[in-house]
Amino acid sequence: MRAVLLGVAGLVLAASAFAKDKPKGAPPPPPEVVRPPKDPWPSQYKPYPGQVTVIRGATIYDGAGGRLDNAMVRLEGGKVAEIGASVAVPAGARIIEAAGKYVTAGIIDIHSHLGVYASPGVEAHSDGNEATSPARPEAWAEHSVWPQDPGFSRALAGGVTALHVLPGSANLFGGRGVTLKPVYGRSVQEMKFPGAPYSLKMACGENPKRVYGGRNQLPATRMGNIAFARQLWSDAVIYKRRWDDYTRRAEAGTAKPTDAPRRELALDTLMGVLDGEILVQNHCYRADEMTNVISMAREFGYKVTAFHHAVESYKIADMLKAEGICSAMWADWYGFKMESFDGIRENIALVNAAGACAIVHSDDENGIQRLNQEAAKAMAAGRRLGLPIAPELAWTWLSLNPAKGLGIGDRTGSLEAGKAADVVLWSAEPFSVYARPMQVWIDGALMYDWGDPKRRPTADFELGLPGVGEVK
Amino acid sequence: MKRLLAAMLLAGAAVPAAAAPTAIIGATILTARGETVIVGGTLVFDNGRIIAVGSQVPVPAGAAVIDGKGRILTPGIIAAASDLGIAEVTGVRETNDDSARQSAFSAALDLSTAVNPRSLHIAISRMAGVTRAAVLPDGGSSIFAGQGAVISLGVGGPTVVRARAMQYMEMGETGARIAGGSRPAAWAQLANMLAEAQRLAANPAGFARGQDSGALAKRLDMEALAHVLDGRQALFIHADRASDISEVLRLKARYPAIRPVLLGAREAWLVAGDIARAGVPVITHSLYDLPDDFESLASTRNNIGHLQAAGVIVAIGPLGGVGGTTPVNLPGYAGNAVAQASVPGGKGLTRGQALAAITANPARILGLADTGTLEVGKRADLVLWDGDPLELTSIPVAVWIDGAAQPMTSRQTELANRYKALGRTDLPLQYPR
Repeated sequence: MRAVLLGVAGLVLAASAFAKDKPKGAPPPPPEVVRPPKDPWPSQYKPYPGQVTVIRGATIYDGAGGRLDNAMVRLEGGKVAEIGASVAVPAGARIIEAAGKYVTAGIIDIHSHLGVYASPGVEAHSDGNEATSPARPEAWAEHSVWPQDPGFSRALAGGVTALHVLPGSANLFGGRGVTLKPVYGRSVQEMKFPGAPYSLKMACGENPKRVYGGRNQLPATRMGNIAFARQLWSDAVIYKRRWDDYTRRAEAGTAKPTDAPRRELALDTLMGVLDGEILVQNHCYRADEMTNVISMAREFGYKVTAFHHAVESYKIADMLKAEGICSAMWADWYGFKMESFDGIRENIALVNAAGACAIVHSDDENGIQRLNQEAAKAMAAGRRLGLPIAPELAWTWLSLNPAKGLGIGDRTGSLEAGKAADVVLWSAEPFSVYARPMQVWIDGALMYDWGDPKRRPTADFELGLPGVGEVK
Repeated sequence: MKRLLAAMLLAGAAVPAAAAPTAIIGATILTARGETVIVGGTLVFDNGRIIAVGSQVPVPAGAAVIDGKGRILTPGIIAAASDLGIAEVTGVRETNDDSARQSAFSAALDLSTAVNPRSLHIAISRMAGVTRAAVLPDGGSSIFAGQGAVISLGVGGPTVVRARAMQYMEMGETGARIAGGSRPAAWAQLANMLAEAQRLAANPAGFARGQDSGALAKRLDMEALAHVLDGRQALFIHADRASDISEVLRLKARYPAIRPVLLGAREAWLVAGDIARAGVPVITHSLYDLPDDFESLASTRNNIGHLQAAGVIVAIGPLGGVGGTTPVNLPGYAGNAVAQASVPGGKGLTRGQALAAITANPARILGLADTGTLEVGKRADLVLWDGDPLELTSIPVAVWIDGAAQPMTSRQTELANRYKALGRTDLPLQYPR
């Protein structure tokens, strides 16, 4: 057991430093093996105190496609303790009578730029695109996040309990995305979703070729996009091979720590993808370009977790289902650029109908506040096309599917006993335009209450400025 | 008749206003006049105009009858600001005629000359219940960006129903940038251009003889601004910061005939009483709630409710600054204004006010006296919905403009139908099936 972890020159040395104290005759000490750290900037988020809470009489969309009418749910110890027609009500529990109200799993936005393009959107806050090279996988979105973005408070008031903040799409390899909770902290690490895997933001199509082609450099075309990306993946495969080879030798005792390859932070990220530890979130609009990316992933042995924007997923929904790739989509954005020209309002419903993984995303500081409304429009478009979708099923687009797409589906995304108490109480059926979140719990702590000004956060930026205190 | 109607709608053609009157019966009618709701009502139109509406209206002999039972009938949605017909693909510059920052001219630009009735966005908006719209420029070589138009989205009839309907002007941060770098520069540009327009109007012959050769403005721009000065044209002013709005309100003291309309107006609620007293209407969005810049620090969804309560005529427009904004979503934006009233501390609109904010009020602001409500004598711009029109899950089942039933298809519906079934057959999907 390599029990002692030592950080040496930015590396993690797994060594048996104290082996010499062991009695004679003990097995020889395990060799020292240098490993790139997996999580050098770990979450420092701590759930806020909660209270045992029982919500009674509500209609529940559990986020996994289930619906319970006139049901009960108990939140305890930060978790969903029990859910069903009837649950135990411990003495001293806070009881919420919610007849006529709705309870859902918290909304998870898999595509946000809160913090990296913070409000106000002045040039000084433009921290989302490290557009100095088509590949910046060494850049991490969390190091751009301004924890005082007013947008976090608005997202929370919209029922969001987790969000994935991504770099922009100027680059083919934009950098690492990070999963946060909309809980204000003094550091970004205090907002990080504990244990959530990193993502790698990739982009295809018009943005990278426009940004770099405009500077007369690679890539200036779609073929240039793919050419550049393939070369880098090829480099990443070699980098991984070097580390794998070194690790094998070091574990066998035939390599010293000084034999470890030089760490390249950019390739660390790509190696994490090749190892299956970092999830690829790939900005891509057109169906044909998604299929190119799928072929590239196959060539180099990695997996795309989700295509983002994916306005043409409806054209290849069957292939996306076969590949097990999610589509993170808007309800109705279309036509604002050439690659979104074929966007249709039935996209989400058609992806859903094909049995592929559908996610409603925002990519927008306003849209994140009402993802439930975006899903409602997608449901209506499906119905018009003859694809009726039950509302409890559509809620999976907002919770369990994005949770899975972020690798946190085992912890949140649905209301099941033992999972995080990330819960929203709605004033009306949550796909209605008239519905608003009344209360939002994150890990069982009441972080937003529409009726209690003390449970409505104000970002530092807004203090003392016009409009502070007004309900937003 | 109904079967014929359906066949023609599928064929993608507008059905011309029938020779005989048409009666929609049994519908819940929201007139957009106050909170008036007529349950089980009948509306009759003929020759493109509403000739009867109410709960006890007889169906005229020979009328085509449309069963509206279980449906809701509203006036057509009116987009108080849009780029419909003048911008096709935002990211493809040459398909856009909404801005002309390199032009030698500014106020003179006449947007009606660019309106394309065959724009795919017109078809998409039309089948979503949008029947009329203001088409506005977005940025020019002076703070005056040009003259907007009012269009009908109807198939068959004229699209531009009023050219040169309003002048569009940038104030605040954008106006400052265009004018040379500051708000005072923008106000100086305004004062100078209007003064030159006044001098030209007062003495065109003198201008022709070169007596105003030191003028900064182009003659065409001055001529256009004469329409603003004498109130023939409304002046649509984009301003967000409360102090900019207050400055705009002072315009009327200097130019008494001018008719300002505020656009954006995110901080308007801070000076709502002043706006109401000045009688200046406001076009804003119901979902502005972030400090997007330093002229919108006080943004709140309560804005519209405060303005309504102060007595301002408010229209909800599909304005920028809210991602994915389109005219198609106007009913949802109105519904959100209703929801805002339900939040503790929230200020919003009643359902009647919200519907008026996307029908009657924009009609009034755009000078469309004969649209915007369901009343006898008004144009038969009608939308029949399968549910509450402000709900996100409701869809129009039929749309009439000037009494003509409109096609309910678009490029988007064609794409959806093409890709509804992905299975491989004898020929690629690109062949007709």
